Amino acid sequence: MRAALLTTPANRGAVRPSVARLVLTASAVVAAGLASIPLVYLLVRVLGAEPDAVLTALMRPRTLELAANTVGLTVAVAAACLVLGTATAWVLSQARLPGRRVWTVVSTLPLAVPSYVAAFGWVALSPVRGFWGAFLVLTVCNVPLVTLPALAALRMANPSHEDVARTLGRSRARAFLETTWPQIRPATLAGVLLVALYVLSDFGAVALMRFEVFTWAVHSAYTSQFDRTLAAALSTVLAAMGIALVWAERRLRGRESEQGSAVTARAARTPVALGRWTWAAPVVLSVAPVAAVVVPMATLLRYFTGRADTATTVGAADLASDALSTVTLSAGGAAVALALALPIGLLAARFRSHLSQVLESASYIGLALPGIVVGLSLVFFSLAVVPALYQSVWMLAFAYGVLFLPKAVGAVRASVGQVEPGLEDVARTLGSTRAGVWTRVTARIAWPGIGAAVLLVALTAMKELPATLLLRPTGTDTLATSLWRLTESAAYGAAAPYALVLVAVAAGPALLLTREAVATVRERRESA
Amino acid sequence: MSELQVRKVVAAYDGAPVVHGVTFTVPSGQLAAVLGPSGSGKSTLMRVIAGLHSPLEGAIVVGDRVLTGPRVEVPPERRRIGLVPQDAALFPHLDARANVAFGLPRAERAGSRPDELLTMVGLEGLGSRMPGELSGGQRHRVALARALAPQPDVILLDEPFSALDASLRAEVRAQVRQVLRRTRTTAVLVTHDQDEALSMADIVAVLDGGRLVQVGSPTEIYESPHSRWLAQFVGGAVVLPGTWTGGAVTCALGEVPATLGLGETAHAGDRVEVAVRSEHLVLERPDHASDGTVALVRNVAYFGHDAVVTLDLPGVQDPVEARVIGGSPVVPDTEVRVRVARPGIAFAAERPA
Repeated sequence: MRAALLTTPANRGAVRPSVARLVLTASAVVAAGLASIPLVYLLVRVLGAEPDAVLTALMRPRTLELAANTVGLTVAVAAACLVLGTATAWVLSQARLPGRRVWTVVSTLPLAVPSYVAAFGWVALSPVRGFWGAFLVLTVCNVPLVTLPALAALRMANPSHEDVARTLGRSRARAFLETTWPQIRPATLAGVLLVALYVLSDFGAVALMRFEVFTWAVHSAYTSQFDRTLAAALSTVLAAMGIALVWAERRLRGRESEQGSAVTARAARTPVALGRWTWAAPVVLSVAPVAAVVVPMATLLRYFTGRADTATTVGAADLASDALSTVTLSAGGAAVALALALPIGLLAARFRSHLSQVLESASYIGLALPGIVVGLSLVFFSLAVVPALYQSVWMLAFAYGVLFLPKAVGAVRASVGQVEPGLEDVARTLGSTRAGVWTRVTARIAWPGIGAAVLLVALTAMKELPATLLLRPTGTDTLATSLWRLTESAAYGAAAPYALVLVAVAAGPALLLTREAVATVRERRESA
Repeated sequence: MSELQVRKVVAAYDGAPVVHGVTFTVPSGQLAAVLGPSGSGKSTLMRVIAGLHSPLEGAIVVGDRVLTGPRVEVPPERRRIGLVPQDAALFPHLDARANVAFGLPRAERAGSRPDELLTMVGLEGLGSRMPGELSGGQRHRVALARALAPQPDVILLDEPFSALDASLRAEVRAQVRQVLRRTRTTAVLVTHDQDEALSMADIVAVLDGGRLVQVGSPTEIYESPHSRWLAQFVGGAVVLPGTWTGGAVTCALGEVPATLGLGETAHAGDRVEVAVRSEHLVLERPDHASDGTVALVRNVAYFGHDAVVTLDLPGVQDPVEARVIGGSPVVPDTEVRVRVARPGIAFAAERPA
């Protein structure tokens, strides 16, 4: 450990770690420790339970059925997103397509609709339920998670490769599969794994579609059967699956960066004329936006305008108080995430070492653990260790902080990382102290990126459902939980305004992602 | 035999015409350079030959096979035309050997052929290197071996050396030329670099604005360019306005002997422009010579083997450049006498715009 602390390339000059760095390291260790509470305490709870009780809970035939449902849904959605997302990205980047920019924006719109809102739209509109209902909703909502990385990778891929492959005897399709696909595979598959992770942790959509998977089983074991050992045992299985997926995703990302460095796209791309398939491009591009945005929004608006269902109406006061508690809680969650992320991200950006890597990977726990697992584990933790915090806003904000920590750490690391050390050296030679450099240079350049990430975390936390359901103080409702409650009792008219507000909230982060995607298109055009 | 014929090719790019009826023939086993400034349509022409772009009109014929023509469009994978793109474009997920083997029939991929090809381009033993582990020059040679592997009738080189730094470029050019000569492959080299075109090609086709300006051997292109633009574009020339006196031009350099460019007609007393190669200007110290025009030396750029001297000529607005053998005792801000050693070429003066 000592060697790891001392020998890092970023640590030029300083032979002995400075006090500031020791403090930073210590805070990062504490932050990573706090972030691992949900995982650690879940294991403590399962290992502390009667081994027989855990085994019986896991060995029931129903567990097998749940596992089959979960894996089946995850694989099916991931495969569908792979095909649809790659096709969408291909059309957006390679085909001759009128209105490319507009289509790029349209194809990312599904990100603006939380999957349980889309599910609500479909449930209120049609009799589709069960596996196919969950499959439909989760696929169309998650396609952009594959489309965006595949699109970025396709733009990086060198078009000459396909030209060369064709002169060496490959048809157009074979040329794509043998030369371009291997280049975009890591990025695309990493996107597919994110989809799988999302499906695994999704609670709202599967519950509304009445399709029994692990998340729903954990929820009902805890809330209606009051079987905590079963809930904990099922959570552990879910957590293991999530960790496996995150591990695989990180590995793929690593390989992607390895391969990307050797090649640069130089030749200009010639758009492929689709000929008699021209009609197919708009069809492929609009499947997900129509099913994820247009259909649910149309249904919502129909209920909202009151023609379909006038029996239950919503009080504006309820909506306002729910909105207020949602904003407060998510702001608290974002603050927690930032507090935990700063030391970990700073350490990772400036002092890379084995320790910083271990601490950084602790922050991924929030990515791997489904919201329901984090919620449940923190319920156990607060009941056993800090009863005063049980069902308090603090514990819920802490859950948000842990869940969205990876986003915040990534942003801190990237924002600080983009400040070239050379700039800091220059500031030092111009007479600034170490602390002066930090406030006058580094923090000034890094803040906008970090601030955007904090906002993103807050907006994402506003949509969070499963952990909120378990941890919210009695009597407090957020937009998401109210929507859930009203949809459960089929009060679609009353639920519609909540859903609309949530879509408005979710549109922020989605637009941010879209802007990046479109900006790349513009850059391309200008450089061409 | 695999003679390449490009016949009256007209091609457009995104609706805008970029190649206007280009025709030339590359005899079997020879290397033709398609030379033109950027935007001259040379890359589009190359994509048409490869079958990667459909022309509006015209034909591509190799030997007796019509590859592109009326109602004929052989797809690129069945043309037997190889391609070496600008940046080598090695498949990043395959090692050098697998890159070379890519175009071989499945049965031959595992055999000794890929290694033989790597040896031919001077890369024996590097088959297991990934593209990222090869130097720029090595990557180009792998790309060449890859293109040659299926024994194509024609090979296309699309500005293949522009990504290399100058010191490496000459070396890789020579190696590529040697390999192509040994394998007797008909080749088309697309380039904007006139040194590359003149030094490598048997035939040079100069393209400007999508039109063919001139086709000929490197010597023909250099010695008797058909237009003033070509004289300046290839090799660089001093162009001065003057008056045709029949066999000579009276201009700022005095009475310069000249011949009329191909297809040009002029009567004595007509306004013309005379193009003189920079290296045909001879500079002498004023006290050593009595003939020639007196000019002021503005700058001397010394390159070792030669030097470029920038001169102010009396009555000429823009400075002119003379290329002299290195070590000439010419000093900036002094006067020299300028003489023309070889006849220039006269072109009818461009009408004032």
